[in-house]
Amino acid sequence: MSEHEFIRIDRLSQRFDLSDPWIARLISRRPKQFLNAVDNVSFNIEKGKTYALVGESGSGKSTIALMAVGLLRPTGGSVLIDGHNLYDRTQSQLEHRRTRRRLQMVFQSPYASLNPRWRVGNILAEPLRVFSLTDSQSAERRRVHELLEQVGLSQSDAHRFPHEFSGGQRQRISIARALASRPEFIVCDEPTSALDVSVQAQVLNLLKRLQNDLGLTYLFITHDLAVVRVMAHRIGVLKSGRLIEEESTQSLIESPQSEYTKMLIRSAPRISRGTTGISFT
Amino acid sequence: MTDILLSVRNLRVVFPHRHGDLVPIDDISFNVKKGEIIGFVGESGAGKSMTGAAIMGLIDDPGIIESGEIWLGDVRIDQLDAKRLIKIRGKRIGMIFQDPLTSLNPLKTIGDQLVETILAHLPVNADQAKRRALIGLEEVGIDSGRFNAFPHEFSGGMRQRVVIALALAAEPELIIADEPTTALDVSVQAQVLELLKKLCRERNASVMLITHDMGVIAETTDRVAVLYAGRLAEIGNTASLLSSPRHPYTRGLIASTPSVEHGDISTHLYQIEGSMPRLDALPTGCSFHPRCQDALPRCRLRQPEVINESVACFLYE
Repeated sequence: MSEHEFIRIDRLSQRFDLSDPWIARLISRRPKQFLNAVDNVSFNIEKGKTYALVGESGSGKSTIALMAVGLLRPTGGSVLIDGHNLYDRTQSQLEHRRTRRRLQMVFQSPYASLNPRWRVGNILAEPLRVFSLTDSQSAERRRVHELLEQVGLSQSDAHRFPHEFSGGQRQRISIARALASRPEFIVCDEPTSALDVSVQAQVLNLLKRLQNDLGLTYLFITHDLAVVRVMAHRIGVLKSGRLIEEESTQSLIESPQSEYTKMLIRSAPRISRGTTGISFT
Repeated sequence: MTDILLSVRNLRVVFPHRHGDLVPIDDISFNVKKGEIIGFVGESGAGKSMTGAAIMGLIDDPGIIESGEIWLGDVRIDQLDAKRLIKIRGKRIGMIFQDPLTSLNPLKTIGDQLVETILAHLPVNADQAKRRALIGLEEVGIDSGRFNAFPHEFSGGMRQRVVIALALAAEPELIIADEPTTALDVSVQAQVLELLKKLCRERNASVMLITHDMGVIAETTDRVAVLYAGRLAEIGNTASLLSSPRHPYTRGLIASTPSVEHGDISTHLYQIEGSMPRLDALPTGCSFHPRCQDALPRCRLRQPEVINESVACFLYE
């Protein structure tokens, strides 16, 4: 293990049981059925770098995201955070929480991932309370204000509800919430696919600036290769739960090896091609 | 001019509200030529879908078309009663929605839905309708053996093919496709768009393609209209609009779209500061001026008109 490596995903698998109820299986004499959503995937991410997972819907991107952040127990393999096994049952509750604080997630839809009945200040203070990170009310308030400013919102926004914000601003709130516990690693699951193009640029630039300022490590999940090109240091291509290709961004996009990756890159719509350009088939 | 299929003139849609009227479409004019694919691009709430709905006579209560005219050929269609509208909807104008799962009836086989549509619009008997339905499925690349399959038995891309077959079944002159590929994977999106383009070209049908994706616009359309906060910002030939955009909003939109072809981790994406104003808080003057770097003093005071049927901006006056 190199000293710069922050997270190591080692032979990770997730198998979902899709079988009928046992009595139906008995009558129809069908065996159990399984779906290998993630199949023996291994990769690691260096500290302060962005690793992007790309692939079509159903390729297992989001399942890996959930396992990497500790929300879904894998059926095989392990996730090592700075050497600590995230799913080690022998670890104490306390140790486990200590590791969990270092991992956060930004979800796809800022409309569904913020509690509509909580004020923004409360949403941002929840992680602080869960991990007991501030020792007084005033310290808590200070930290909330600091977080809002970090993502380009103003202090007075703490008193407002999520519905008073636009999609892009809501995604800023999600990012601020993810930053609250001072994590080192953030999983971004399609963070801009619900946003309009002009707002997408703002959120992507914000994520980059935060990475530079705070030295964050990102796992970036997306289907958009154009976004990946400006966001990721390395890319892994997933197909049906398997990692079929992995390279640094530049070489993967400019000289893809597998047919599948070539197809993905070819079908990405591009402005420069114009109407006279190559038709896609 | 005989080659104009659809003509929308000074369309204004209003939703009365107790704190003042909301105007999701304000003074929009454009023509759609026969056989042309015209794109409508803009952010959510810019009025893209509402324009399509107004043409179809599908504006929800309490919204009304307050002023303006919509002409399909030589028929004025914005004031038709429900009975005459039925003859146009589906027959002369087909519609494709974003989510193929909600636009298909889950309880009927796709074959039945096709036959039903054909019988409703064309003077044919049941046998002929079935034959046409089978041809329709074949054209969109669905095996005729799946005539009796239900929508849930298809993948998203295949479902959208069924929806295309349905929209084309009555041989309409105009297809309004509202974000037809937003719910699909990129590789499937490419196939579906290519199919739509091919079938409409073969029939000389016009398409209004509503999308927020500049890449899709570039690869599919002949002309493009850019909408912002309910008004037309810019309209023109796709190739020239993309290579030399004029309206500051169009320029920003194109510049902020990342590309698979260039850039790397150190790239700082161009960003338009702020976000589109809500309909109940539109600024005075040009609604883009608070985000515009080139704003002139008069942009705050007056709304720019569309000049020479191309761009609505004082910079070009």
